[in-house]
Amino acid sequence: MEPPAVPEEEEEEEEEEGAVPLSMAPGPVGCQLFGYVGIEAVLDQMKIKTMKTGFEFNIMVVGQSGLGKSTMVNTLFKSKVSRKSSQPGQEERIPKTVQLQSITHIIQEKGVKMKLTVTDTPGFGDQINNENCWDPIIKYINEQYERYLREEILITRKRKIPDTRVHGCVYFVPPTGHWLRPLDLEFMRRLSKIVNVVPVIAKADTLTLEERAEFKQRIQEDLKTHAISVYPQEDFDQDPEDRALNDRIREKIPFAVVGADQEHQVNGKRVLGRKTKWGIIEVENPAHCEFPLLRDLLIRSHLQDLKDITHNVHYESYRVRRLNESNRPGLSPLNGLPAKGEAGSHL
Amino acid sequence: MCYYVAIQKWLLEGKGTSLTSKGLQMNDDLRNLSLSGHVGFDSLPDQLVNKSTSQGFCFNILCVGETGIGKSTLMDTLFNTKFESEPATHNEPGVRLKARSYELQESNVRLKLTIVDTVGFGDQINKDDSYKPIVEYIDAQFEAYLQEELKIKRSLFNYHDTRIHACLYFIAPTGHSLKSLDLVTMKKLDSKVNIIPIIAKADTIAKNELHKFKSKIMSELVSNGVQIYQFPTDEETVAEINATMSVHLPFAVVGSTEEVKIGNKMAKARQYPWGVVQVENENHCDFVKLREMLIRVNMEDLREQTHTRHYELYRRCKLEEMGFKDTDPDSKPFSLQETYEAKRNEFLGELQKKEDEMRQMFVMRVKEKEAELKEAEKDLHEKFDHLKRTHQEEKKKVEDKKKELEEELNNFQKKKAAAQLLQSQAQQAGSQQTKKDKDKKNASFT
Repeated sequence: MEPPAVPEEEEEEEEEEGAVPLSMAPGPVGCQLFGYVGIEAVLDQMKIKTMKTGFEFNIMVVGQSGLGKSTMVNTLFKSKVSRKSSQPGQEERIPKTVQLQSITHIIQEKGVKMKLTVTDTPGFGDQINNENCWDPIIKYINEQYERYLREEILITRKRKIPDTRVHGCVYFVPPTGHWLRPLDLEFMRRLSKIVNVVPVIAKADTLTLEERAEFKQRIQEDLKTHAISVYPQEDFDQDPEDRALNDRIREKIPFAVVGADQEHQVNGKRVLGRKTKWGIIEVENPAHCEFPLLRDLLIRSHLQDLKDITHNVHYESYRVRRLNESNRPGLSPLNGLPAKGEAGSHL
Repeated sequence: MCYYVAIQKWLLEGKGTSLTSKGLQMNDDLRNLSLSGHVGFDSLPDQLVNKSTSQGFCFNILCVGETGIGKSTLMDTLFNTKFESEPATHNEPGVRLKARSYELQESNVRLKLTIVDTVGFGDQINKDDSYKPIVEYIDAQFEAYLQEELKIKRSLFNYHDTRIHACLYFIAPTGHSLKSLDLVTMKKLDSKVNIIPIIAKADTIAKNELHKFKSKIMSELVSNGVQIYQFPTDEETVAEINATMSVHLPFAVVGSTEEVKIGNKMAKARQYPWGVVQVENENHCDFVKLREMLIRVNMEDLREQTHTRHYELYRRCKLEEMGFKDTDPDSKPFSLQETYEAKRNEFLGELQKKEDEMRQMFVMRVKEKEAELKEAEKDLHEKFDHLKRTHQEEKKKVEDKKKELEEELNNFQKKKAAAQLLQSQAQQAGSQQTKKDKDKKNASFT
């Protein structure tokens, strides 16, 4: 056991009698522990608590119709999360304006409960004149922030504020193979400022590997020229480890994905894939497509990070903007929202 | 492993202008679907824990107790380290709080521990106000957090949380009952902080007395309505251990940083001529129970209770005090902002009014002064005239007198001249006479 480390400086708050120190001693002093105390048990306590309360995750998928958004979501969460619009017997006209549809599920895995909300945007980019088609989306995102803000500034707050803010927005880029279209650039530019945008190349089975690499390169250059920062954003890397990890991810953005929800037999195993005349594209095979990378990023490794950046960065900047505005009731765009008693969600 | 999914649908239609969420109706009918494979979000708690580990934890303990009751020693024993501090003297004029922060690290968990000591508690002759500095300190920490939360540009995620998470109240081992100072202080603190009462220096109490003492204390606390911290019993994993431990409240502890050889091991203990009191022996004292409850089982719950119960209560009271309400009469969307603006305008209006008042008063005063001054001026002028006249009169008088005097003088001079003339005439006559006489004489002689 090392000799006891005497703290080098004794930092004391000098107070007069009766006065109360309003700030703590400037720097905490490092101390050596002589034996096991049990502080690390707090990690288990935390785990138990969070498993009891459950998690909330809200994801939004944006892209033109027919790019495979619903299939992708179903593949990600391995269940029929979204209803696909191309099901037989269901005729859905292309809606005139962008309509957002949110579906919430509660899924559970190994004792971890998650309330998953998927927001779909049918009608995005489908019209002839697509100007301002991102407005309803931006409005929806801001509305979620507004809802959270209002809950937060109440005098009597709920113990756990229901979190409907969009944590991640998956943007589907059509696999043209050339560059990003003006619509894509406009949308991503506007939205990357208020939400975490994860661009993916949809239906990537139409591109060969070389075409795919070239396309990615061009997209990355495009994003850089237009100063669009997609998730994982470089400014929020916390330490060199994080940076190294995120750099590796950033090299691969945007992921080229293929979605499939049907299982086929390959080499004696059942795998998810698309069956074509010239072969079976295995969704979970990293050699075929980058779906596993997307899934790992979104769910297995960076889910908490997505939520944290949404809460600490995007929500805070929304709050700053909102609180700095002079509040003129006539111009408030959110007059139609229900009173706070009706809003909310229960598990 | 079976997975089940409940679907709840709600539609939000955006028609380009206002986003009206038509009824967030929740369909409560559940439909069972299954996840057909491993998705992987069971790693979520681990992700969360990793994030927290990299940020580190904060834990703040307040130790309330008389001087010399063993607070510092217990902290040293509890955290298995030596926190350097000199013992306090008994002649403090009042209670003051001393806070010290330490950074502890165990495996990969970093803990920023802050220990707040009450120096001089129970030493004064008049202890009426002993609890006040403590309450003020706790409120000040809540206030600091509230201020940060209300800021426009805030950084809550790397805010150094200084709110007190646990208050260890050291009860003196009298063996009878609680002192009235203890009751009063605990009553004042129970709605602001999680109180964990402990009996200090428990090696001075015999076992049978200890049992009576404990039940007396607990019954006194209950009858006085003091809300001490309840160990949570709603989660199955910790319910059992918490329930068994709660029976032993208040924990009778002995602290020691010295090690004594017992058997063939070194253990923390206190050596007496009649035996050795082992700190970590559950038969000797409840130290192990305290450590379990405070650190190993409930640290996270203590922090959560502080944030969700005590801090929210403080926040609610403070905001209501400042005049904010949740529902405005016309229920505008941003009540905090509105009220704030309204208050600001009110304040500015008041300021303006005060300014106007002052200005008016000032003008009035000036007028008065002016009038006064004018009067004074008039007076002065009058005086001056008066003086002038008097002066003139005097001058005339003087001149008259002067004239008279001159006349007299002239007369006198005339008289004098006349007199002289007469005299000279007389003299001449006389001399003539004398001459004549002389002549006569001479003549006579001749």
